[in-house]
Amino acid sequence: MAMTMAERMLADRAGRPAVEPGELLEAPLDLVMGNDITAPIAIEAFEAAGATRVFDPERIALVASHFVPAKDVSSADQTGVMRRFARRHGIRHYYPEGQGGIEHTLLPERGIVVPGDLVIGADSHTCTYGGLGAFATGVGSTDLAYALATGRTWFKVPESMRIVYRGRRGPCVGGKDLILHTIARIGDDGALYRSIEFAGDAVAALPMEERLTMANMTIEAGGKVGLFPIDECAERYAEGRAGRPWRTYRPDPGARYAEELEVDVAAVEPQVALPSLPSRSRGVSEVADVAVDQVFIGSCTNGRLTDLREAAGILRGRRVHPETRLIVIPATQDVYLAALREGLLEVFAAAGASIATSTCGPCLGGHMGVLGRGERCLSTSNRNYVGRMGDPSAEVYLAGPALAAATAVRGRITDPRAFLGGGD
Amino acid sequence: MATAFCYGDNVDTDVIIPARYLVTGDPQRLAPHCLENLDPAFASRVRPGDVVVGRRNFGCGSSREHAPLALKGAGVAAVVAASFARIFFRNAINIGLPVYESREAAEGIRSGDEVELDPRAGVIRNLTRGEEYPVRPLPAFVQEIVAAGGLMNRLRAELREGGEAT
Repeated sequence: MAMTMAERMLADRAGRPAVEPGELLEAPLDLVMGNDITAPIAIEAFEAAGATRVFDPERIALVASHFVPAKDVSSADQTGVMRRFARRHGIRHYYPEGQGGIEHTLLPERGIVVPGDLVIGADSHTCTYGGLGAFATGVGSTDLAYALATGRTWFKVPESMRIVYRGRRGPCVGGKDLILHTIARIGDDGALYRSIEFAGDAVAALPMEERLTMANMTIEAGGKVGLFPIDECAERYAEGRAGRPWRTYRPDPGARYAEELEVDVAAVEPQVALPSLPSRSRGVSEVADVAVDQVFIGSCTNGRLTDLREAAGILRGRRVHPETRLIVIPATQDVYLAALREGLLEVFAAAGASIATSTCGPCLGGHMGVLGRGERCLSTSNRNYVGRMGDPSAEVYLAGPALAAATAVRGRITDPRAFLGGGD
Repeated sequence: MATAFCYGDNVDTDVIIPARYLVTGDPQRLAPHCLENLDPAFASRVRPGDVVVGRRNFGCGSSREHAPLALKGAGVAAVVAASFARIFFRNAINIGLPVYESREAAEGIRSGDEVELDPRAGVIRNLTRGEEYPVRPLPAFVQEIVAAGGLMNRLRAELREGGEAT
């Protein structure tokens, strides 16, 4: 029977010749991930159940990312629960602040997750690793607790949908714009309970960083996983960083998809998602000239080195608008160091940006840029729900890093294409 | 008998429990802030055994288990929606908060209606309006987790059998 990529991966890992959508199965995991918010509840449940040993200390990643450096006493205590657990069980991939960063940027970057992996993580953006061709999905703390002890979890085989991207993208259109455009088209639950397979010539041409950005936001359409092909680009990225051998999976010719759609990439403009749903995305030319109080460049969606380069390209030699503040947060310590060495942090500092250590921070209204009453922010992160970044009366717009940088300079939502060719 | 609290599409986990309160996993500490960004009166009005009703894609967004924990801590006996975001659905089952999919119930019930859940009979009764709505049964495997009292009880049983989880 011809299977989709998701079906092929689950069948292989569950040791079955074939699987069908809707089937429930249990499978061993290559990697199990938790962070400082989700792991403490899991650790408590793990211990309350009487578990004394983790299934494999080499296959667990515990990353302090959300409320680090500690934002208050409770969050310090909470992170301490994870730190002590990591020490007690000899967890190999434990990363405190200053040594790691945001898990979804860190794990692919360091080769801790590799193509073909089966991964669960107690964070909804675990689906990011689909960019590498890993079947990776978000779960909650109790599923994490069970997996910490057993190295297994149960899956319902998802229906698969295939989205084919064709053509050449225009200037200032990146993975973020393609995924925002896609979510606007299929809706916030357009991929609910489903696996998305990204395909087409425009996907083949997409660099890994942008694939990770697109896979990251699969959850914003309700998807369980968003899979990119394990092709030359994925193998090149894995070579030299993968800590383990990787597996290659492909969809079978003739595999059945619940839905297939095509996106003409050449027709996609730089996108902006209006408050308060990612699906409210539209081309920047359709967005009113809105003044913003804050611009945030960072997060697991767009805090990579390539994102910072794009933003710095616009900010170099310019200043942040006097009525707007710009917060730049490199997603990991490695990105921070590279941005420092390349001079990008100097560009941001000279432009008047506030630069912070790697953290999820403002994306979820945690710290380092929480919004006050009635404030408006344009953010390169992934969610613009009511109250997501602070007070429920604050408004969040989502966009890619070039548009964010252009907006910081003008103080109003701005088409980054206006900055091309060096003219302002 | 339970009073229904009804909301719309895409009730996300950020409005169920804003991230600024995620410094604890204690349901009793989370409960006073449950749904405060959507309905500030909810936490003070909800009574033990009441039911929350959503439309499409209830519980979308972050995987925070604090969301079902906050609802449970507030005394909510069950959540009914036309559809659930998958991580929320899984989390609710895992911690023993019953969740029922019923488009008919999600459309028929209004805030303040008195409702009665009868999952064994596969129906939700609206006592205020004299209506009945069908409920989709949970998959057998999921029913087993619920019957065991949540996923951690299953782990306890496995640890007892195996001596140690490996």
